[in-house]
Amino acid sequence: MEYKMKLTQEQKEILEGKQGETKAKVMETMIRYGELFGADSMEKITSSYNHLVTSFGLKALTAVYDLLDELIEAGALSEQKFTCDPRPLDPNVPANLLEKFIFKNFMYSKQEQYEAQLEKLGLLNKNAFTCTCYMDEVGNTPKFGDVLSWSESSAVVYANSVLGARCNRNSGIIDIMGSIVGYVPSFGLLKDEGRKAKWIVEIKTSKKPEAQLLGSAIGMKVVEDVPYVIGLDKYLGQLDDNAKAYLKDFGAATASNGAVGLYHIENITPEAVKYGRDLILENAQVYVIDDAELERVYKNYPVVWKKKDATPKLCFIGCPHLSLAQLNSWTDRVEARLKEKGLKKVSIPTVFTAAPDVIEKFKSTPNYERLKNTGVILSYICPLMYMNNPLAGKVPTITCSNKLRTYTTAKYYTEDEILVEITGGNK
Amino acid sequence: MKEFKGRVVAGGTMTAKAVVSHAGLNTLASFQKALQFGDKKATCGDQNNPDLYGKQMAGKALCLPRTIGSTTGGLVLYCACQMKRQPAMMLFSEPIDSLAAAGAILADVWLKDVKMPVVDSLGEEFLNYVKDDMTITVKEDGTVAVED
Repeated sequence: MEYKMKLTQEQKEILEGKQGETKAKVMETMIRYGELFGADSMEKITSSYNHLVTSFGLKALTAVYDLLDELIEAGALSEQKFTCDPRPLDPNVPANLLEKFIFKNFMYSKQEQYEAQLEKLGLLNKNAFTCTCYMDEVGNTPKFGDVLSWSESSAVVYANSVLGARCNRNSGIIDIMGSIVGYVPSFGLLKDEGRKAKWIVEIKTSKKPEAQLLGSAIGMKVVEDVPYVIGLDKYLGQLDDNAKAYLKDFGAATASNGAVGLYHIENITPEAVKYGRDLILENAQVYVIDDAELERVYKNYPVVWKKKDATPKLCFIGCPHLSLAQLNSWTDRVEARLKEKGLKKVSIPTVFTAAPDVIEKFKSTPNYERLKNTGVILSYICPLMYMNNPLAGKVPTITCSNKLRTYTTAKYYTEDEILVEITGGNK
Repeated sequence: MKEFKGRVVAGGTMTAKAVVSHAGLNTLASFQKALQFGDKKATCGDQNNPDLYGKQMAGKALCLPRTIGSTTGGLVLYCACQMKRQPAMMLFSEPIDSLAAAGAILADVWLKDVKMPVVDSLGEEFLNYVKDDMTITVKEDGTVAVED
């Protein structure tokens, strides 16, 4: 194979097959992938753990499981332990008999086989299934400057922006291949110049903007470029648990309505704090966001339900998975609103989703019983994978997640609106 | 006939009829149903893509600006190739994105009996010119010939 990239002796030896033919093919894949984007070298992965986007044993992905078998048989295993996106199934989540049968025996019939492969390849532990692996409770939290081989878009944008790690928006399989050779091609968001902002986003709203709508608006405008956001710091204050949760949801929306891999929030995110407006490229474009612009974005969300005014049958909150602070806050809000309305339980089957480790922690607090009493179901499921099929797609489902809205038939409501919806409506 | 020249991502020579998407192709949304339910034509299942929705993608010259959507995109494309439900070729008007690139390279490196030439950076004029059912020939050097 001919390549332009400068390789170290070790990398050359891997490519020449000195660590086996399979590992050589993995290295070839990574080099060819990098050269398409002008990578000049391979950079060592420095994070403690990897994170994989594929968590589902979807029958349609048999080719992936065959490839993983090839890697396992050749001993080409991940050099790092890894976490993985959430499981697609959870018996706690409402589903009728037909749905349960189809999910288990048809759609996700490879789930057990796939999880066994993940264990052989280097899965961190049985709880390691969440899209928010960077939560303290989960422990896959990269340090500032760490080089990663992650792929889950919402986790990549969080790691780059909120933690200051360095990772491109990789595809599934490329993620694990990086961990197998220990290197990723150096281009894009791994480079200082790739982390500079081509857009200045000025926030001129009359109140703290809804994270999901703001992210959606920015994602649609800048697509894959880096935005530098001015004027949001006055609403976020400092990078505490609440701000981190806000930025998690904001970032997921930028990455699902666009392909944003990194954003800077003035005075808040680590690189913006360190370098300030030096991060902005000359001739950067300007995008002003006010109340009217957010309203325009919201009004343009399509409703893809067959019967547009159908009564919602299910509600998902937590895509990406909720943080502990969000679980606590939602518990307070649901309980207070039910009390105000004279109700005991939520009026629509409602599922809050969070990482298994976050759920365990939450269960050890008094708030768990309070939430349980409201009738809300707590689950580790991936709502996106749950809904991404013709059966579940027909159920009128509501959400306050822009990501879930983008990829499924779920209808979007703001957080305040959805609280009203699940607690008896406006009557 | 008009010729365009792009960059070779995965080489090969092939002739096929065009299907054109002017918006980014959401790989997961487009291929998932076809792969899941045994549709050998790989009928596009993405309702948000009016150019392609309901049209056959397998064996066609898929002309597009870029791919969008879930970062599972690369592995979904790889699976389509392994199941022999891939487009005959993929022709990008823009520089290829990281997800499509991963799918194209994975198929080229890991699948022995599958050939899906991929050319990118063909330019906006290419996507404006090409229409559904035009005959397209891609050559090893990245030349793309479009016959009316």
